[in-house]
Amino acid sequence: MKLYLKIWRQKDASTPGKIVDYTLEGVEGDMSFLEMLDILNEELVSKGEEPVEFDHDCREGICGTCSLQINGEPHGPDRLVTTCQLHMRKFNDGDTIVIEPFRATAFPVIKDLIVDRSAFERIQQAGGYISVNTSGNTIDANSIPINKYDADEAMDAATCIGCGACVAACKNASAMLFTSAKVSQFALLPQGRVEATERVQSMVRQMDLEGFGNCTNTGACEVECPKGISLTNIARMNREYLSATSKG
Amino acid sequence: MGILDSKIPSGPLADKWTKHKNDINLVNPANKRNIDIIVVGTGLAGGAAAATLAELGYNVKTFCYQDSPRRAHSIAAQGGINAAKNYQGDGDSNYRLFYDTIKGGDYRSREGNVYRLAEVSGNIIDQCVAQGVPFAREYGGMLDNRSFGGVLVSRTFYAKGQTGQQLLLGAYSAMNRQINRGKIQAYNRHEMMDLVLVDGKARGIIARDLVSGEIERHSAHAVVLATGGYGNVFFLSTNAMGSNVMAAWRAHRKGAFFANPCFTQIHPTCIPVSGDHQSKLTLMSESLRNDGRIWVPKKKEDAIAIREGKLKPTELAEEDRDYYLERRYPAFGNLVPRDVASRAAKERCDAGYGVNKTGEAVFLDFASAIKRYGKEKALTSGLKNPDEKTIIKLGEEVIEAKYGNLFQMYEKIVDQNPYKTPMMIYPAVHYTMGGLWVDYNLQTTIPGCYCAGEANFSDHGANRLGASALMQGLADGYFVLPYTIGDYLSDDIRTGAIPTDSKEFDEAEQQVRDRMAKLMGGSGIHSVDYYHKKLGKIMWNKCGMARNAKDLESAITEISELRKDFWENVKVTGSIDSKNQELEKAGRVADFLELGELFAKDALHRNESCGGHFREEYQTEEGEALRDDKNFKYVAAWEYTNEPKDAKLHKEDLVYENIELKTRSYK
Repeated sequence: MKLYLKIWRQKDASTPGKIVDYTLEGVEGDMSFLEMLDILNEELVSKGEEPVEFDHDCREGICGTCSLQINGEPHGPDRLVTTCQLHMRKFNDGDTIVIEPFRATAFPVIKDLIVDRSAFERIQQAGGYISVNTSGNTIDANSIPINKYDADEAMDAATCIGCGACVAACKNASAMLFTSAKVSQFALLPQGRVEATERVQSMVRQMDLEGFGNCTNTGACEVECPKGISLTNIARMNREYLSATSKG
Repeated sequence: MGILDSKIPSGPLADKWTKHKNDINLVNPANKRNIDIIVVGTGLAGGAAAATLAELGYNVKTFCYQDSPRRAHSIAAQGGINAAKNYQGDGDSNYRLFYDTIKGGDYRSREGNVYRLAEVSGNIIDQCVAQGVPFAREYGGMLDNRSFGGVLVSRTFYAKGQTGQQLLLGAYSAMNRQINRGKIQAYNRHEMMDLVLVDGKARGIIARDLVSGEIERHSAHAVVLATGGYGNVFFLSTNAMGSNVMAAWRAHRKGAFFANPCFTQIHPTCIPVSGDHQSKLTLMSESLRNDGRIWVPKKKEDAIAIREGKLKPTELAEEDRDYYLERRYPAFGNLVPRDVASRAAKERCDAGYGVNKTGEAVFLDFASAIKRYGKEKALTSGLKNPDEKTIIKLGEEVIEAKYGNLFQMYEKIVDQNPYKTPMMIYPAVHYTMGGLWVDYNLQTTIPGCYCAGEANFSDHGANRLGASALMQGLADGYFVLPYTIGDYLSDDIRTGAIPTDSKEFDEAEQQVRDRMAKLMGGSGIHSVDYYHKKLGKIMWNKCGMARNAKDLESAITEISELRKDFWENVKVTGSIDSKNQELEKAGRVADFLELGELFAKDALHRNESCGGHFREEYQTEEGEALRDDKNFKYVAAWEYTNEPKDAKLHKEDLVYENIELKTRSYK
């Protein structure tokens, strides 16, 4: 198929960017979206032009490196997939595709389609852990039975890949879905309860400091999340936060 | 051969590690504050080591090329992690895990290392649960297990099909705790460009900030390389696009021996190649072989009809299917080790029974598991005499709960529903058992340069068993390296900070700058990917699942010529002093072009078949691997000279005091 691409090009963080038009032929349905961009880049390199830079690594939907706002949607039109798992069979011959970086104040553009998501790092560093030493001298793994329902729900929250699609999907650029997924994982497990009060306060404080917006419950994040992280996590985080702050 | 002293402690196998820990020197907590350690790579091994070292009190700097430590490729491991917990009461023990691993590795790994691995495996599970890793549980609240290839017990712990992700996030959270305390400085989007030696000791690295392009100097009292495997030398592999050998290869060029490079794992269950545009291959977890049955048609005409789309696999009668693993290996069936399963798939496809349009795919079929689970579920749900449709519906639900994310991934890539029609799979490069040579302390042949996880060669011999990579990565990082490195650092308590304005740092930085300038200065005929793909083709065709002397000899010549062409004619766009993904790739491919040659040389010199290394000249009448213990019961550790083909061989004899060497049989 033949595609008309409109791609955001930006030299670096301090230079203004713009949309540049490219036409690409010979795209097949079995190609992934990133393989389509690989072909474009091979063409650009062969002409001596600088290729379009984009973040990617595992190309199997788990590392959370790839991003891209495709026709206005984070990770494109398909559901429950990252951009690297999006296949060109979802598009038609002659389509125009607009490709932009994830847009949020807290995610400044580094180059072309690459954004800086280190704000997520700092939220995790603020409290996204259980304070246990890694000596291995803990109790036997089976000495605290955990209800399967809670363990499964903790796992569902823990599947977040930290890609930032939730932020890019949100009209307020809120990071509530991301932050609440980590808060929920630990809040649901007995090991995590010990520090639950401090954790939720520290992580929310850092989230606010980074300049993410607030949640107005539109649910766009849940729809666009490639891992199907549920909005319930935000409700749980709000509950945790409320009870933490009311305890003083 | 004094230099290749493995330093395995004396004494009975089960006491070696405890004894060693009691014998080695410690650094007192106040002195640890004066010691700096660099950890390159932040996957399971590097992340776990960084967190633990910082917790102990050392000043740690971590480096990763990704934008976050959480994105290291350990994250993609699916199926699980082994531990000899014997929670299932099926007779598991440290000894059994040790024995399975040595046998699975085709008797090419060290007894002492492997026993230590088995010994600490249980601690890993305890540790991870304490960190909040949400492993799968049974209804009674206890941890669940599944089976993996090459063993007869159920010892694999898992978190859906995302075990690597959950374990890595556990290590990452331990790192974050230390970053928050200021004990780890994390340098993300940074690449190690070279190792710096001062007075023969590893004392720092030259790194490139991948955003600004700036070249930086970082010093330390010891350097830990935990930079993963080199599977991307094949271009197409299940590794991440950025996975590379650069850090290990730079260390190799500075004096670290590279061991057993030809021991590479080709994983049997990957999604087949669909076309020339393909950039990477996707694994389907080995755990699927718990329930999936592997087959091809018995008759060639049926295979041809399926390839041409004239016959559906579901229409083929049971008696017309060849469940070749169950036929050839009745004791282990579909759960034979990876090397055996991969070769068997290749054998059937080479014989003309492949089932996709390229003829390079076999079926992985869940129909009988769906029926089996459906019947069981119907019974436990109180349904009497359920109809076929209900059974299948219930069975599909059970399969979805177990492997849902894998099935979804398959469907997205292949555009077929694996609940309704069998999956198509084919072997692909997945893991590298070879790597930097290390002693029992995980120290390379460069003093102060340590190597952990997949990047070292140590524990898996010639073939790794499923769910053992995660085990080794975390064992090295959490429980081995933090102890052993203290022994070395106890000499450094009075050294003080290592200055970065020395001539050694000047020289190393200059070399890095010259190399980049040379990469940018090619005549500009071909792109970096052009060379990488060409190298990959040579590797796959001549150093892949089956190798022979003639092909390996020609591979050495071809790679050497390709490398020369690369340095003369590669085209790298952009500039050195800015974000430049083409330059990043070029540096990595340049090193793959050297490693590939050493790989072929190693494969050529090893005149035997063992584990993942199958030489066509050395096989039994039934086509099984024919090992030669008399001549090759050693680790081949290569010393860099100048050209990889001239590398100098050092041998470490493998001593078996507790296990009798046997022909590996899974029949």
